[in-house]
Amino acid sequence: MSSREKILQQIKLNKPTGSVLPLQYTYESDYENTEAKFKEILEAIYTEVIVVDSLADLKIKVDEMYAGVVNKATTIPELADWADFSLQMADPHELEMIEVAILQAEFGVAENGAVWISDNHLQHRALPFITQNLAFVIPRNALVNNMHDAYKRLTDTTGWGCFIAGPSKTADIEQSLVIGAHGARSMVIFLVEN
Amino acid sequence: MSKAVMEHADAADVFNKDESYVDWHDETLWFVRTKRDKSSKLLPEWENLRETASQIKNYVLSHMDELLETFEKNAKANGIHVHWAADAAEHNEIVLAILKQHNVDRMIKSKSMLTEECHMNDFLTKNGIEVIDTDLGERIVQLRNEPPSHIVLPAIHLKKKDIGDLFHEHLGTDAGATDPQYLTEAARQHLRDKFLTRKAALTGVNFAIAETGGFVVCTNEGNADMGAHLADVHIACMGFEKLIPLQAHLGVFLRLLARSATGQPVTTYSSHFKSPREGQEMHLVIVDNGRSAQLGRADFRNSLKCIRCGACMNTCPVYRRSGGHSYHNAVAGPIGSILAPNLDMTKNADLPFASTLCGSCTNVCPVKIDIHDQLYKWRQVLVQGGHVPQVKEIGVKAMSMVLSQPRFYQWSGRLGRSVMRTLPFMVNNSLNPWFKQREMPEPPKESFRDWYVRNRE
Repeated sequence: MSSREKILQQIKLNKPTGSVLPLQYTYESDYENTEAKFKEILEAIYTEVIVVDSLADLKIKVDEMYAGVVNKATTIPELADWADFSLQMADPHELEMIEVAILQAEFGVAENGAVWISDNHLQHRALPFITQNLAFVIPRNALVNNMHDAYKRLTDTTGWGCFIAGPSKTADIEQSLVIGAHGARSMVIFLVEN
Repeated sequence: MSKAVMEHADAADVFNKDESYVDWHDETLWFVRTKRDKSSKLLPEWENLRETASQIKNYVLSHMDELLETFEKNAKANGIHVHWAADAAEHNEIVLAILKQHNVDRMIKSKSMLTEECHMNDFLTKNGIEVIDTDLGERIVQLRNEPPSHIVLPAIHLKKKDIGDLFHEHLGTDAGATDPQYLTEAARQHLRDKFLTRKAALTGVNFAIAETGGFVVCTNEGNADMGAHLADVHIACMGFEKLIPLQAHLGVFLRLLARSATGQPVTTYSSHFKSPREGQEMHLVIVDNGRSAQLGRADFRNSLKCIRCGACMNTCPVYRRSGGHSYHNAVAGPIGSILAPNLDMTKNADLPFASTLCGSCTNVCPVKIDIHDQLYKWRQVLVQGGHVPQVKEIGVKAMSMVLSQPRFYQWSGRLGRSVMRTLPFMVNNSLNPWFKQREMPEPPKESFRDWYVRNRE
């Protein structure tokens, strides 16, 4: 008998009698202002949230913010002129040079500041992790209150996706919080009005 | 790792030699527990979430075989290679075979308590594979040739000076440097090179979703994703109890996990893997290693609901004052003490006794495992099975003889009180474990029973 059959047989033999799934497994969060909550949570995890009117305004803003920075990459067509690092390569290891990446993402979650990004928005899964600094762009109206709402919204059927909340961090040395463990050292989120 | 195994109480004795160190360890973990309290109290639905999570996991335990089959079918349809391992040895062989098939002799690994349980690193190293742990805490303990002392905070037993000295020796940081920012940066540079040069990456699994055939890996550092997305081969290893039925159930578990673990509202990265990227191979190893036996123990099967948040460790007065290594098991603390006897009753018979049964572990558990009840029940199973050292058994038998005979009990009480009064050195000595770190109480003149008999009127 294969291990698979052995394990499944032993489980059948030993499992307790059936219990049912709870009917309710989602809860509402009642925030006065979802965007204010989103900002408040992200500030606490060292992430700036910036509201811009349009993608044209975003371009002006990032030109100003990242003036003088080299190795800039983006997945947003309107920022093509801003970027100086092409993402058209086959090997993700080449992304290692990237200093800052501005990436289109789908939506944000107010209760924990997480932003959903997936294969839908990326040709390289490694990009949000390997870049030294990271910025997400999401529509201003794409914020949900909590993780239950997030999974209701998540109809993404792509092969990979991730909730990312703030920059990479660790507290493995005497519980001292250090930002920039292996992933991005900083994070900015742009909310675009139109 | 090759050190002889010491019983919990003896190892705790060693841990307690330096009082200021123990105080520091105790306070550090209590600080994490406090963060959990603050964070959980921000959610009015917290208790409902715990109950819901517990019910979902009960459902999983009672439908484990069907859910596993559904999960396997969906994972395969997604292009994941699924393997089954009956025990630790088979798990290790499967991982080795995948690496050999790809001619890989260097692998990076993000946190996986399962591979600790299987002693995989030792096995692979003996077979010529270099394994580098990429979680900062795990890398630290790996360089020290130690196992993690906590499932979430692997290097919580170390001071920054220890880490500074270690990094000076291994990573060439400045002698005497102890700044966490500086040391973390050194580790970032050291490990980035590994991420960029290794062809295989192994990760753990926090949740496997039957409905989608995908799995979720949670980290704060981003090391699981850095490894998996750059490697040609991604191997994910899971105990079969990591299963949940629906993707929407992640809403419940991700809200509970990080808040219970460190007080964060969520981990920085909650990565949902469903299929390999183009040109990549993705393997998933489903491991039993005693879990199906535990599923058959009615009193103990609930331990399989654990989501490995570590809250029970942070709150445990014994864990905080004895350290994770005293438990000589991959998972330490209260949850480790109810999981370990299932793996080996003789070797782990001491662990269910490493508790005051105060119940704090049960109170903080996000999936409502009755941890302290199980600790109590394991003690009985272990004594009845003859796994407990004779001295303890004699003590318990003597106690039961005294307590079951009222007259004998009264007589021994009187004798004890008079001995403590007239010959205090008989009890105030190092042979009496109660005398350690305590003064013996002033013996009362009479027992409550004598007083009651006199004053009944």
